[in-house]
Amino acid sequence: MDILKKIFSYTKKYSKDLAVTIIFAVIGVAGSLITPILTGKAIDYIIGKGNVDFKSVSKTLIFLCLAVIISAFSQWIMTRSTNRLSYLTSCDIRKDFFVKLNKVPISFIDKHSKGDLISRATNDIETVSDALTQCFTQFFTGIITILGTLILMLIIDVKIALIVILLTPLSLVAAAGVAKASHKAFTEQSEIRGKLSGFTDEMIKNQSIVKAFSYEDDAQEYFDKLNSQYRASGFKATFFSSVSNPLTRFINGIIYAFVAMYGASRVINGHISVGTLVSFLSYANQYTKPFNEISGVISELQNALACARRVFDVISAENESDDSKLAVIEKSDGSVRFENVSFSYVPQKPLLQNINISITPGQRIAIVGPTGCGKTTLINLLMRFYDTTDGDVVISGHDVREVQRNSLRSCFGMVLQETWLFKGTVSDNISYGKPDTTESEIIEAAKAAHAHSFIKRLPGGYNTIIDENGGNLSQGQKQLLTIARIMLTNPPMLILDEATSNIDIRTEVQIQKAFEKLMKGKTSFIIAHRLSTIRNTDLILVMKDGNIIEQGNHKELMKKQGFYYNLYASASNA
Amino acid sequence: MKSLLKYFDGYKKYLFLGPFFKLLEAIFELIVPLVTAKIIDTGIGNNDKDYIIKMGGIMILLGISGLAFALTCQFFAAKCAYGYATSLRKSLYKHINTLSHAEINKLGASTLITRLTNDTNAVQTGVNMGIRLATRSPFLIIGAVIMAVSIDLKLSLILIGAAPIIAFIVYKVMSKSIPMYKQNQKRLDKVSLLTSENLEGTRVIRAFSRQKEEIDEFSSTADDLSKHAVIVSKISAVLNPANFMILNLAAALIIWFGGIRVDTGSLTQGEITALINYMTQISLSLVVLANLIVFFNKAAAGANRITEIFNINSSLTDGKEDIVATGDTVLEFSDVSFRYPDASEESVSNISFTLKKGETLGIIGGTGSGKTTIANIIPRFFDVTSGEIKIYGKNIKEYKISSIRKMIASVPQKVSVISGTVAENIRMGNKSATDDEVIDALKTAQAYEFIEKLPDKINAPVLQGGKNFSGGQKQRLTIARAIAAKPKILILDDSTSALDMTTDLNLRRAIADLPENPVVIMISQRATSLKNADKILVLEDGKAVGFGTHDYLCENCEVYSEIVEIQKAGE
Repeated sequence: MDILKKIFSYTKKYSKDLAVTIIFAVIGVAGSLITPILTGKAIDYIIGKGNVDFKSVSKTLIFLCLAVIISAFSQWIMTRSTNRLSYLTSCDIRKDFFVKLNKVPISFIDKHSKGDLISRATNDIETVSDALTQCFTQFFTGIITILGTLILMLIIDVKIALIVILLTPLSLVAAAGVAKASHKAFTEQSEIRGKLSGFTDEMIKNQSIVKAFSYEDDAQEYFDKLNSQYRASGFKATFFSSVSNPLTRFINGIIYAFVAMYGASRVINGHISVGTLVSFLSYANQYTKPFNEISGVISELQNALACARRVFDVISAENESDDSKLAVIEKSDGSVRFENVSFSYVPQKPLLQNINISITPGQRIAIVGPTGCGKTTLINLLMRFYDTTDGDVVISGHDVREVQRNSLRSCFGMVLQETWLFKGTVSDNISYGKPDTTESEIIEAAKAAHAHSFIKRLPGGYNTIIDENGGNLSQGQKQLLTIARIMLTNPPMLILDEATSNIDIRTEVQIQKAFEKLMKGKTSFIIAHRLSTIRNTDLILVMKDGNIIEQGNHKELMKKQGFYYNLYASASNA
Repeated sequence: MKSLLKYFDGYKKYLFLGPFFKLLEAIFELIVPLVTAKIIDTGIGNNDKDYIIKMGGIMILLGISGLAFALTCQFFAAKCAYGYATSLRKSLYKHINTLSHAEINKLGASTLITRLTNDTNAVQTGVNMGIRLATRSPFLIIGAVIMAVSIDLKLSLILIGAAPIIAFIVYKVMSKSIPMYKQNQKRLDKVSLLTSENLEGTRVIRAFSRQKEEIDEFSSTADDLSKHAVIVSKISAVLNPANFMILNLAAALIIWFGGIRVDTGSLTQGEITALINYMTQISLSLVVLANLIVFFNKAAAGANRITEIFNINSSLTDGKEDIVATGDTVLEFSDVSFRYPDASEESVSNISFTLKKGETLGIIGGTGSGKTTIANIIPRFFDVTSGEIKIYGKNIKEYKISSIRKMIASVPQKVSVISGTVAENIRMGNKSATDDEVIDALKTAQAYEFIEKLPDKINAPVLQGGKNFSGGQKQRLTIARAIAAKPKILILDDSTSALDMTTDLNLRRAIADLPENPVVIMISQRATSLKNADKILVLEDGKAVGFGTHDYLCENCEVYSEIVEIQKAGE
């Protein structure tokens, strides 16, 4: 119910379309219900040889034509405005969904599977949109039709109408039975279909290892197993659902037969005319159709509600706290302090424990340690992607929680190991952080990042379109582009998280030089596996299991002969 | 598309039985208006209530047998469609598995997946709907026309005239809107792309404070999508109202002219009713037929795309011989060059070396220098463009591809594990590996230390894409998988990049001690990792610029000594 309310709150904006839809739906249905009456009446004036009242026939037919044209026109208007209503509504929902993705805390996005969120933004919202259209065109008009038909039948002849009403539950029971059976089978089918496409996806994307390990036969065996499961459940679902049409036709036929029998006997007894019977028969013919449609729509509506719930679960997620009234860091001096910082992603598993770091402007800090020790977490806290569980992070004299996030983040230039490029030109990707840049500045930045020479060799140079996620570039080339991005923005502080891990060593040296130029006088944080790249830093933080176990510069740490010493020795003895 | 017909084997009878039963149902349906006419004309005309009840009984009987026939047809249709699509899917998957890297890379994984899932489903639906509807609707239309003609030739002209008009409108609407739906699908794909990019890049976007621009771009895409959806829907909105209007206006004409003919005594009241009934049947059938055409269009498109895949054959021709280990020389490259299909330049040129049992070859070089290419051509993922690769003295093209791949295990740069359990992953290359062998392989790969801590140990689950393991852990799992295969040639393509130095060193020591004494090819960007290799190949732009031991190269190879210098300077 809650979900319905939410959906309809989106339609409020289009209340004009909603009103048009409802008004014209009523007119359209009324017209289509009057049609059989007029047809029947006209036939009543045609009694037999030499006994045709042409004047009345022509009058009735003119009414008929008018009713038909008005009804057709109304149906047309209704369909148009329904479509508009549902497409615009779903468009609004979709936009809100996307806006929300950019406002939730990063932890929300980290916690959810990306594929799942994408599927909510596309498939689920499409389903809701389709359901909205059907809700009005079939559900709403179906109900009006049923009610209208019943009323008209009662007006024309109560007794025949009662027969129809008595037989109605038959349709309902049949429709509900079929819907229930096929719903269960469909759920099972879509589950197995999901498994099947998941498996294919995995095996085809990993085909190099499938081939390398001659795994083809095993894969085929498993595929065959899923494939036959799919066949069994798909057959069931398809058959059950295809029962509904013949079954409705059958029940329709029964109602029709009873109306014909009883109606004909009433004609004989002189209670009604042949024309009335004809219009009754025509009602009986259409009467069960809406039931069928409604039962079909109901199962789709149920599905759509489930989808809508998934969408609104995201839309109603909590935003990052409002920071619009907080201070702005005008100019960063480059000092950073961690004061008694503790942090954990999940309460049960403490990660960082009581970290204290004090960094003076212009220092270069390296963070080293085994995988999973919390290096990247430090960055998450610096940029305020996450908030500390306890303790303060102070940047340029400001507690990070007391300044606007955007102003905090613009103090940093960040290059991550996981490169992120979007579909667009090379230039667009480089100038991402500084959109109003001249071409020569872009080329300058690319040169500094040693990306210029490979960009030049791309088919379209700087205007080459980069595929989805940089598919047409190597890992190393992608990393060079993200470095160029930072060269261009020239931020006051730098974070390099394994920024050169995919780049060959000679290029890396050249990039290091460029970084050095860039980092001059700037506070910078470097995370690297290759210890050689951090030897010249001012401060090395050695982390293990969420704690800083050693700190100092290279010389001091070597002298200490501790964890760092061992790490370093094993690296150079290798 | 004809080639897809063979998958109907075993189901052909349903292709005939299904429509046959549907036809029976349709015939019964056509009789109903006649019975109604009889009730009105004979029953009411003669005041014969018994006759009316008799006719009503006939109607119910017609309904019951109609239902039975229809259900039989639906049953056959579903059976046939799913049986057909299942064997089609099976063969298609089998065929895809025979394709080589060259073809699969060219086609792209996503299109293969779509063809294997969506397209086979479209064909399946097409077959199902075809059996159910392809005969019924045309039959009902033709039948209704014949019945109408038999009642009154001249009046049925109205009905015969109305049908093409309805058909024309249906056709127009469909042919205009279907291509537009396809374009909208592309717009929806863009929505999904933008969402995906936004999620992937959430940290970068926020770091640059570009949320607003991202939202703006998404909004305009979403607006574009809904705008076009509204446009298409306006076209299809015409369909039902127009149909309704033509149908009823034609009915009005029938009544008018029918009235004239009743007046002259050549037609009865009941027959007018029957004519109007037939009119309704025709228009309903036309709509069903139009929908059927949509299904068929999709199915035909799917079938075409599937046939395309079947028509692509692997560019590799399989050899005939099994590998027999002879002599000490395991692997030999003589003057090997390779160019990727469609590439303008060679990825590697004129590479030569030989490796004896137990020897280690290190390969070093910059990004794009051809290191991975060498790893790809040894297991014959691609065929060399010129030169020869020999295993035990014979060109690898003479061996069965399966036997080459059984003796080689490689650890690709991009880690990939499959969903299942840890043990299932390790056993990919050696199904018969015992639990102890699996554990040994994990130990050698320095992976047992974290597997041991998992509650289910080697039977711990691996999620899709190995989400529940870190990058370094996954890398060690893939190394263990290669070791468990007990290969004669082990290829490690930059496989230790996510490992810290100590683990890396331990790993290399453990590999050197492997009892099977395999040839090891180790690709790396760190000179330190390769220092102890028996031979090192230095690549630059696909050419060998140095080959020899570490000490030799330090003296004689400029590129190599430069790399070493840089790394030393760092240390």
